[in-house]
Amino acid sequence: MTSALTTSADAPGADAHGGAPAVRISHVHKSFGRPGAQTHVLDDITLDVAPGEFVTLLGASGCGKSTLLNLVAGLDEPTAGSIEVPGGRPALMFQEHALFPWLTAGKNIELALKLAGVPRPERRAEAERLLELVRLKGSYGKRVHELSGGMRQRVAMARALAQGSKVLLMDEPFAALDAITRDVLHDEITRIWAERQLSVLFVTHNVREAVRLAQRVVLLSSRPGRVAREWRIDLPQPRRIESAGVADLSIEITEELRGEIRRHGQH
Amino acid sequence: MASTDTTPVLDKTDAARTGGTGTSDSADVGAGLDALDSVTAQRGSLGEALRTKALPPLIGVLVVLALWQGAYSLHVTSSYKLPSPADVWRSAQDLWYQGTLFSIIWTSVWRGLSGFLLAVVIGTPIGLVVARVRPVRTAIGPVLQGLQSLPSVAWVPAAVIWLGINDSMMYAVILLGAVPSIANGLVAGIDQVPPLFLRAGRTIGATGLAGARHVLIPAALPGYLAGLKQGWAFSWRSLMAAELVASSPDLGRGLGRFLEDQREFSDMSGVLLGIVLILFVGIAIELLVFTPVERRVLRNRGLLATGK
Repeated sequence: MTSALTTSADAPGADAHGGAPAVRISHVHKSFGRPGAQTHVLDDITLDVAPGEFVTLLGASGCGKSTLLNLVAGLDEPTAGSIEVPGGRPALMFQEHALFPWLTAGKNIELALKLAGVPRPERRAEAERLLELVRLKGSYGKRVHELSGGMRQRVAMARALAQGSKVLLMDEPFAALDAITRDVLHDEITRIWAERQLSVLFVTHNVREAVRLAQRVVLLSSRPGRVAREWRIDLPQPRRIESAGVADLSIEITEELRGEIRRHGQH
Repeated sequence: MASTDTTPVLDKTDAARTGGTGTSDSADVGAGLDALDSVTAQRGSLGEALRTKALPPLIGVLVVLALWQGAYSLHVTSSYKLPSPADVWRSAQDLWYQGTLFSIIWTSVWRGLSGFLLAVVIGTPIGLVVARVRPVRTAIGPVLQGLQSLPSVAWVPAAVIWLGINDSMMYAVILLGAVPSIANGLVAGIDQVPPLFLRAGRTIGATGLAGARHVLIPAALPGYLAGLKQGWAFSWRSLMAAELVASSPDLGRGLGRFLEDQREFSDMSGVLLGIVLILFVGIAIELLVFTPVERRVLRNRGLLATGK
């Protein structure tokens, strides 16, 4: 089989599926610090995520990919430009599981359901359903510290899904896991993305992970973060991270990423 | 299951191959990882708990009693200055037969606990405001911390002049001692809440009051409990100081007053009994009220070191 790969200059996300995008980022700038001594973190980012699309944001450290995700999540305001998420507040997963240790796995999910307005009688059953979805049936009463790193991230995924948003933002959620656990969770997120028809914006610095998961990889340049290049990936899912198709494309994208980083050494 | 026999890492064939079995294979690997990685907290048996937790302090008490008895038997000092443990025990028995032992203890415990609860009611909102409102923190934060190092007995003369020798004066001294430490405990607890919890809370919609209720306060609970524990210690100390200094027939007779009365009678075994009772009540409240709550909170969060 040939790795079907198309490179596109401008954002083609929406037209492939038609209709309004799930996330629309238009000409977003973000700078920190007081006027005069500002650091420009993001510079004119324009990016759409189509409904049901899986997009990975790839970049070296300092490219502002986490900042961009925070903006989309509504945790921070852009300096200029606009961000629209028509489906309401998106769900967000962090590198750390960020589960509340004073609640059980099930109660963590139920809190998200409660805050999303799910009536009390339905919460327990819905929490059990979500735990089953992430293959943690029977872990309802487990304390966070009793779960392994991979299980915690899966509970965090269930809690994010409990918000009922179709848009899931993920900020290097698997970066702290060992390779085998990460492989398993790649399969899980791919399965759940397809089952629930989620629109995913996934931040990572791991090229293979980006290629393993995404329909579209967006490479950001660093300081300030700009969209440097995009790749559309048509390899069938579920992919294997060590497969030849993923590897070939990873080599090409890594080369591009190294080029972006190299530019910062030559002033 | 046959599919688990193929080692996934060595499998170099491309994505198409994994279309059918890939996901269930990965689920099996996932289930294996879960089984390998999960930890179940084990709790020891009651007998073991008694042996490791109750025996050492018991031995400690016995050693102190033995040293005391030894000093008495060797006539280190005259027996009216250092009575034997048995003398103190007899004083306790006398008090028991007079029927006043419990009323003395209860008078002080009631004052101490009700004063402490009042201090919680006042100290908690102060702590919340100091922790969350920047200008208030800058203004009174340092004063609040400084007050913790002021011995509350220093407030007694002022309290007597303001309020006279009565129960209000006792409560005033307790509050001045306990409120700062409770408020400071809450401030420390809130300061130690990882910002990640607040961000996670905001993304699932816990903002404003819901954020305080579901995220901020539970996250700050361990620090708050430590503050409460210290607040109780301060309440109890302040009360004893106030009872020792303030004497009035209108006041109920508590442990501090009992201690001072025995000094006036030069009854050393009574004085020692008073000290032992004050110590005993302080430790008992801490062991019966605070330690179980604190252990429960810490164990639920996996913060309790589980020794083998």
